[in-house]
Amino acid sequence: MSIMINKNTRVITQGITGATGLFHAQGAREYGTLMVGGVTPGKGGTVIDGFPVFDTVKDAVEKTGATASVIYVPPPFAADSIMEAVDAGIELVCCITEGIPVLDMVKVKQYMKGRKTRLVGPNCPGVITPGECKIGIMPGYIHKAGKVGVVSRSGTLTYEAVWQLTCLGLGQSTCVGIGGDPVNGTNHLDVLRLFEADPDTEAVIMIGEIGGTSEEDAARFVKEHMTKPVAAYIAGLTAPPGKRMGHAGAIISGGKGTAAEKVAILKECGISVAASPAEMAQALLKIYKP
Amino acid sequence: MNIHEYQAKAILREFGVPVPDGHVCYNSAGAREWAKRLGEGPWVVKAQIHAGGRGKGGGVKLARSADEVRLISREMLGMTLRTHQTGPEGKLVTRVLVENGCNIASELYVSLVVDRGTSKVTVMASTEGGMDIEEVAAKTPEKIFTETIDPLVGLTAFQCRKIAFSLGLGGKLVGKAVAVLQGLYKTFISCDCSMLEINPLVITSEENLICLDAKFGFDDNAVFRHPKLSDMRDYDEEDANEVEASQHDLSYISLTGNIGCLVNGAGLAMATMDIIKHYGGDPANFLDVGGGATIERVTEAFKLILSDKNVKGILVNIFGGIMKCDIIATGVVEAAKQVSLQVPLVVRLEGTNVARGKEILAESGLNIVAADGMADAAQKIVAAVEGGSI
Repeated sequence: MSIMINKNTRVITQGITGATGLFHAQGAREYGTLMVGGVTPGKGGTVIDGFPVFDTVKDAVEKTGATASVIYVPPPFAADSIMEAVDAGIELVCCITEGIPVLDMVKVKQYMKGRKTRLVGPNCPGVITPGECKIGIMPGYIHKAGKVGVVSRSGTLTYEAVWQLTCLGLGQSTCVGIGGDPVNGTNHLDVLRLFEADPDTEAVIMIGEIGGTSEEDAARFVKEHMTKPVAAYIAGLTAPPGKRMGHAGAIISGGKGTAAEKVAILKECGISVAASPAEMAQALLKIYKP
Repeated sequence: MNIHEYQAKAILREFGVPVPDGHVCYNSAGAREWAKRLGEGPWVVKAQIHAGGRGKGGGVKLARSADEVRLISREMLGMTLRTHQTGPEGKLVTRVLVENGCNIASELYVSLVVDRGTSKVTVMASTEGGMDIEEVAAKTPEKIFTETIDPLVGLTAFQCRKIAFSLGLGGKLVGKAVAVLQGLYKTFISCDCSMLEINPLVITSEENLICLDAKFGFDDNAVFRHPKLSDMRDYDEEDANEVEASQHDLSYISLTGNIGCLVNGAGLAMATMDIIKHYGGDPANFLDVGGGATIERVTEAFKLILSDKNVKGILVNIFGGIMKCDIIATGVVEAAKQVSLQVPLVVRLEGTNVARGKEILAESGLNIVAADGMADAAQKIVAAVEGGSI
């Protein structure tokens, strides 16, 4: 078992005829994901490396039975692509695209109200259920099927946590990259709720960073509602205020969103916080016996 | 991206938001001429640098005559202005804003931001104009009034009236406040702002509202659709290395320590700085080479790191996913040769083709120390920088 995706998830790629979209669609197919086609407006009816291409997401859904979509469309057009997938009734949309204007995302969020679609990202590595389904740009082989859920705002830092787990023989149920933008579809709390409800997830590693309050909100949920052990790491203890650290959302503004503040709240809520990024898996093992 | 006050006011003027009449001047004779054209005085002469706190540093002065405008401008132009935001090195003043003064009855505060919690734009207002809003929020949060804006409807008149009444405005000022607030919202959306702050918004003794200062923050992701705004960028106000980095698609922030970092991914780059500190070292920079780093980009990254004279050692931390370790290793060796590296270099590689990557480093004949894992890497570079050798 897992959250969001499994071996039966049928996935289309929006932006499949672009170099990035095709490369990662091929990678996901090699991993064993049911990659059933793609969308590029104006190229409907063609086939690219075995993937049928459609003009619209609606067409693709009707012809392939896709329930998930992954977006590699360039930033100026990505918000429109998300809304197209939502309109077509796709259940899960992973938007990998980095650099979408924040006011475009404000509109997307409002557009999604009352509709069933879940958006993961943008500016994220995607979602993987090891051994079953990989949607996104993460290297598949570092993962191992198992019982630990991972949720993170950062891509390579997620790989770091996953690799630490795998090296200790601890597999993962599902790993979710929620992305580094200030306005995104899914936050830490949403993913923790899913992990708590998933019978095959036994423990969780949550990775956060400076900026916003997504980690604090999740921590309060852990304290009040979660029965499973949660370990965490917060990046950016040494980040200076007012500077955007790579991710659009990673900024300490008005003294809010510092790593120290987040770490304190997480600890108060009973989360095992890793003292350094090299100790994420060990921090989990302090409170979780597999 | 930030802009100067005179540019901010020009944008507001374009959207019909009231600002004092004024003009930017690059020399004192011009300042005197512009003062005469603007009106009878008095005038305010304001040094144009991006940092706040200019008044306390002597960067804002009142002039009673056009000659006084000239004298003040002559003093300000070429001076190094130090405020709490510039750091001790200060900023060189190369332009001043000369504008008409006004009769201040009271001062308000207004700002718009994208609120992450609601994923919407929020307008914030306070009676405590001229003060630092964070301080007001901490000490007297009841003096701050907020309205969340529906992105599909925009800032409505009734929301503006609610704010106006909360601020204690009455009579004609209510209608004027609605116009100002809606004008600010229109500006915010049209320019893809991430933040727009008017502090203070002044009520004049003639019962008018006027924006005495204005600060814009623009969404870097949206600059592509505002070519006019990118023309306003003043590179002299930015860190030279950060500007250089952005031209090579590198995400770089200079810090004050002595250990240079080269990492792929923003989260891992922050974590690398943290672990250096954890083991007693001090990072010199944040640097994310991104997912598609080429040999050229790695070389540029090395040059950038080494242009900081404080750097006494470099830590490369790569988790290769899509990016293969052998490619990165080749890039590191190539770059180290090109810049004839003189400081200790510790490299931690993990991920795709890691064995081949480590071989390439070992075979290079360069003094590169390989590390296993982030903890080992951080300990090795901290020891090397402290001890002068590894």
